[in-house]
Amino acid sequence: MWEIGLAHYLTVAAILFTIGIFGIFLNRKNVIIILMSVELILLAVNINLVAFSWALKDLVGQIFAMFVLTVAAAEAAIGLAILVIYFRNRGSIAVEDVNVMKG
Amino acid sequence: MILQAIAFYLFAFVAVAAAVMVVTARNPVHSVLFLVLTFFNAAGLFVLTGAEFLAMILVIVYVGAVAVLFLFVVMMLDINFVELREGFQRYLPIGGLIAAILLGEIVFVGGIWAVAPGVEGALAEKVPEGSALTNTEMIGRLLYTKYIYLFQLAGMVLFVAMVGAIVLTLRQRPGVRKQKIGEQVRRRREETVELKQVQPGEGV
Repeated sequence: MWEIGLAHYLTVAAILFTIGIFGIFLNRKNVIIILMSVELILLAVNINLVAFSWALKDLVGQIFAMFVLTVAAAEAAIGLAILVIYFRNRGSIAVEDVNVMKG
Repeated sequence: MILQAIAFYLFAFVAVAAAVMVVTARNPVHSVLFLVLTFFNAAGLFVLTGAEFLAMILVIVYVGAVAVLFLFVVMMLDINFVELREGFQRYLPIGGLIAAILLGEIVFVGGIWAVAPGVEGALAEKVPEGSALTNTEMIGRLLYTKYIYLFQLAGMVLFVAMVGAIVLTLRQRPGVRKQKIGEQVRRRREETVELKQVQPGEGV
């Protein structure tokens, strides 16, 4: 209980990952929350990478977590930009009618 | 050791509770603020594992940039959030079911998982024992030598994302008078200034 090991960190990451997936299903209409859920999922992955890096005494996990962070930042920027132009065209951000696309 | 455990449980509990609030909060602004709280506590977990550099990067990049970007978009768009919450109860059972299945699968995988026996020899970049270098220095030494091409590639990804975001959101509105530098430079004296000989008492 008082000895924090790898399993503790993996548990936290698994719970965060599941909450992220849960959030995507729960907020089917709100793209902003879906994007935040994706960020949560990526955070869970990062916690996994750093925890393994710490447990195995291997630095590459942290390097890789940094690249995941970079891609997550780029994804958030592009996703929010698409959201802004979608809102400009439709006046709403309901993702359910995104399948009705028109050139 | 006890102190470390208490810190771990505190960070982990607050991170998970804030993550739950992110997906269930009524107001998206509260969602973003809870996301910030989650990232702060995840940064605390990173500090506990000795990854200080990543923890600070997480605070700077996520709290400082990404969360503020989210907040900016949430507040900029005039969205009827009550309408968007319709179907929240409808999706609750299926979402809960899938999340439970996923968590069960992760638990099953975690239950039988073990470190391979010869993993010590397979490590790519072993942290030297008793090294005087800080975490930041070790990452820097690795990132700027062995992983320099990947590092440059990550920079390119960010650059492309920046250009893409600008191109996507830039728009030309009709009826807006903007400065056209090309036309200004192209102006010649002959086509813009006309000398008139005004006769006295007659006007132009």
